[in-house]
Amino acid sequence: MSHRARDWQSHPPAIDAGYKSTALRGPTRPLIPLPQGTATSSGPVYGQDDVRAIDTDLTMNGRTNGEPLGERIIVTGRVLDDAGRPLAGELVEVWQANAAGRYFHDGDQHDAPIDPNFFGGGRSVTDADGVYRFTTIRPAAYPWGNHANAWRPGHIHFSLFGPTIASRLVTQMYFPGDPLLDLDPIFQAVPARARDRLVSRFDIGVTQEAFALGYVFDIVLAGGAETPFEGDR
Amino acid sequence: MAEKQTPSQTVGPFFAYGLTARQYGYRHPQVADGQISDATADGTAITVVGQVLDGQGVAVGDAMLEIWQADAAGQYPNPSGGGNTGFRGFARVGTGADASQTFRFDTIKPGAVDGRQAPHLNVIVFMRGLLNHCHTRIWFSDEAAANAADPVLASIPEARRGTVIAQRQDTPQGPVYRFDIHMQGDQETVFFDI
Ligand SMILES: [Fe+2]
Repeated sequence: MSHRARDWQSHPPAIDAGYKSTALRGPTRPLIPLPQGTATSSGPVYGQDDVRAIDTDLTMNGRTNGEPLGERIIVTGRVLDDAGRPLAGELVEVWQANAAGRYFHDGDQHDAPIDPNFFGGGRSVTDADGVYRFTTIRPAAYPWGNHANAWRPGHIHFSLFGPTIASRLVTQMYFPGDPLLDLDPIFQAVPARARDRLVSRFDIGVTQEAFALGYVFDIVLAGGAETPFEGDR
Repeated sequence: MAEKQTPSQTVGPFFAYGLTARQYGYRHPQVADGQISDATADGTAITVVGQVLDGQGVAVGDAMLEIWQADAAGQYPNPSGGGNTGFRGFARVGTGADASQTFRFDTIKPGAVDGRQAPHLNVIVFMRGLLNHCHTRIWFSDEAAANAADPVLASIPEARRGTVIAQRQDTPQGPVYRFDIHMQGDQETVFFDI
């Protein structure tokens, strides 16, 4: 049985010439495969008990004196394993910049306004069909120091566990048609064949009349194609 | 594979308020912190500390670690509940809430898993500049006999095994294990293809 849960044709390299911070932080030596029968076939489980209804609505959970500014959007999608099975009861954690491209983070020095009514962190749990759903504000692009005139395309950070530690995923969701995608080293570090999996799709069916545009972002986690190891779970 | 995997992207520099809010003083829920177990859990209470070091040996202030471990009997927490009071099995800590970029988690020493793997902690490392998270394990310096028989340790070239063994120091507060994670260099930590 293989424990190489991650399909390396789908993921970026450890060190990427365009993304400067990888130069001193990406491991340089080959990863070591685990011997047969030694993988840890379990992982932390979080679910409905860990999420309040308001956690899925980022237009509500950071309010202090009114509504957050910006374009309201709905972001939804299915979480699947790579064998195509929907993953129910999965915690989805997100964080993002506000409509001005500023994070509610002490370390964010971008000269754009904090929105007193937008925090930018949320959580959702997938339903029986593996579907999560957030209401939020569309995050704006923001500058960063990677190279001259560098801008990150608008994005939402996602974090998911899946059934075992082998299915763990942290990624970023982007928006269709963003001209910054072609210029962004973090997005471009992904193999070309796999990049479009990070770009959400506008969906008029998800769009809510007179309220918010809808975007769909499906997520496929590693590890589903593996034979389960009879052991610690 | 029926479906193609969603590519990994870096956790970036601004995860703290989203994933480790309580540790960094933000008002937002957080699923786990550095307390893997509390005083009611069976087993020997231990603390693990360390730094994440980049290719120039500089401590990384925007890394995040997750730990997943078995309890003192070598059993991982069961999602359907039961078993161990006071033992969560999981930790999530950032390196940026401390002036020296030191991470710390409090737990109990795990038991041998499957009766043949030496006591160990599963570790996942995330940071800005890391496009894919890295998996490693922490073994313990005071488990020499068990370590010598561990099949995963045995699969690591001997010269690199020391990079995944935490060094025990005895303190008045109990055993503290030091485990530094070197992303690159002569002491580059062993990372697994998981
Ligand atoms: Fe970001």
